[in-house]
Amino acid sequence: MKLLKYAVRRVLMALLMVFLLVTASFFLVKLIPGSPFTSEKMQAGNKEAIYAYYGLDRPVYEQYFTYLGNLLRGDLGISYKIRAVSVNQIIADAFPYSLDLGLRAIGFALTFGLLLGIVAAYRRGKAMDTLTMVIAIIGTSIPSFIVGFLIQYLFAVRLKWFPVAQYRGFAYTVLPTFSLGLGMLATIAKYTRTSMLEVISADYVKTANAKGLSKRRIVFVHQLRNALMPIVTLLGPMVASVITGTFVVENVFAIPGLGRHYVTSVQNLDYTLIVGLTIFFAAFLVVMNLLVDFVYLLIDPRIKLEG
Amino acid sequence: MQPEIAGKQDRRFEHVGVVREAAEEIRRPSLTYLQDSWRRFRQSKAAVAGVVILLLFVLLAFLGPLLAPSDYDATDLGQSNQGMSWQHWFGTDELGRDLWARVWIGGRVSILIGILAAVLQASIGILVGSIAGLVGGRVDALIMRVVEFLMAFPYLVWVTLLMMVTGSGILPMVLALTLTGWLSMARLVRGQILSLKNEDYVLAADSLGADRRRVITKHMIPNMMGVIIINMTFAIPGAIFSEAFLSFIGIGIKSPQTSWGLLVSMGTKSVYTYPMRLLIPCICISLTMLSLQLIGDGLRDALDPKLRH
Repeated sequence: MKLLKYAVRRVLMALLMVFLLVTASFFLVKLIPGSPFTSEKMQAGNKEAIYAYYGLDRPVYEQYFTYLGNLLRGDLGISYKIRAVSVNQIIADAFPYSLDLGLRAIGFALTFGLLLGIVAAYRRGKAMDTLTMVIAIIGTSIPSFIVGFLIQYLFAVRLKWFPVAQYRGFAYTVLPTFSLGLGMLATIAKYTRTSMLEVISADYVKTANAKGLSKRRIVFVHQLRNALMPIVTLLGPMVASVITGTFVVENVFAIPGLGRHYVTSVQNLDYTLIVGLTIFFAAFLVVMNLLVDFVYLLIDPRIKLEG
Repeated sequence: MQPEIAGKQDRRFEHVGVVREAAEEIRRPSLTYLQDSWRRFRQSKAAVAGVVILLLFVLLAFLGPLLAPSDYDATDLGQSNQGMSWQHWFGTDELGRDLWARVWIGGRVSILIGILAAVLQASIGILVGSIAGLVGGRVDALIMRVVEFLMAFPYLVWVTLLMMVTGSGILPMVLALTLTGWLSMARLVRGQILSLKNEDYVLAADSLGADRRRVITKHMIPNMMGVIIINMTFAIPGAIFSEAFLSFIGIGIKSPQTSWGLLVSMGTKSVYTYPMRLLIPCICISLTMLSLQLIGDGLRDALDPKLRH
């Protein structure tokens, strides 16, 4: 019952957040100087016709309510620049690429980040530990698009080990996955190392040792379980960083995903696409954060719901 | 006590007695907090390397353009697309502009944006965070809801939307980065104030009749300085990265002005023919961010009063 009440409250908060973001981004975009149609050569009367077609001749508040009404029916409008294509269609076409790339990057970062962090903690002060710290610092201080360009130039252009761009099979995914995942990998390794170190010297581990439990049981049941709990909270920020990461990585490797569309929509002043994608990212992120919170609630018995 | 083994005096040792005054003597000069922090900061090789790299880049950004054969925005189509030479150390771009000059003028812009944005973000963050922490109650709850809302979405999305409204350029970018970047500092300062409020020395100062102002200036601010400085050190590379990102997607700094992000973006267009044009600004951005990261890590260890010995 308590859980249900908590869930309902959280979902309502999330809906309110998305609503506020829709409003904020809708009006921010209206404030942008210039218009997506200024660059086109038009005869007299054409501009009015186009404005009427997109409903831009009506007052802003009316446009806003029309937009909200359409949004409730799941309709994000039509692109101003890519002719006769709806934003929904663009998302449906492009999202699978971004999702695939994002999942690969998160998988890559989690696998190697956790591994490095755990090994570094058990071999504290040894070569593996130093290596992990070096990777952590380099990974957090070099922006993903620079990593992308560097490995693209080195491994694709010079050495020709991997294809330079596009997304048509496993070989194509290696370089983008690495550039998108490296930063996350570094963060995860750093956090894992710290929380493992805390756990290794914890009282319950001493107790477990004193009870004579096997080494394997201590590591897997007592140490890893407790050390990895805080890593779950990193998943929310990780999804956010994957989203902004795809903006640049998809551009570097010419992947037809959502991030690439977002950047082109910004360059083209394609207002409906900008707002539509912003709302989509926001909704996705809010849902992911909700899921992470619930998962955390379920796996950590120490958390008690208040109220 | 004389050293004894199993009740018998150990002949290998000789008792020399105790001079109580000597035990109390202060042999070394006592160090203030800052002196001690500086001493510990110097001991970290990585942090010192960070300072050296950063100083090198700042120096080059200041003096580099003076050594160039022409202004950063002077075009000379007769000399376009040159490689590295004694005249043009980094070569020239497609309009014949000297890249050595452009790289270091770009460095000035990037570093300036980084520092300005970090300082302004910190100022707003400190202000809002201390209001939330000190006033508390409804004001605090309202502020924290707003912070939570803004934090729920990637801040680069906010910055992009804001930059589209304000237009490109250095000041609009600093403005957009400031408006979106104060959140973490506000949270940090609020948290610090809430925990400092419960410290024993604040309670002691209160009960000795110190007024609010004295508690804030003498106890809270000095105790928060460390985390604030560390947070600012990490905010600078964050802002440099945002500059690079925005210029890269074409809404940050625009030619003929220049910045490291813009140079990266231009470099990508000729990566097959002139890879150095991409590599040089990439190395500049990466090394600057790396050095600030190292300095930040060093400061975190040096300024932590709990690690003092």
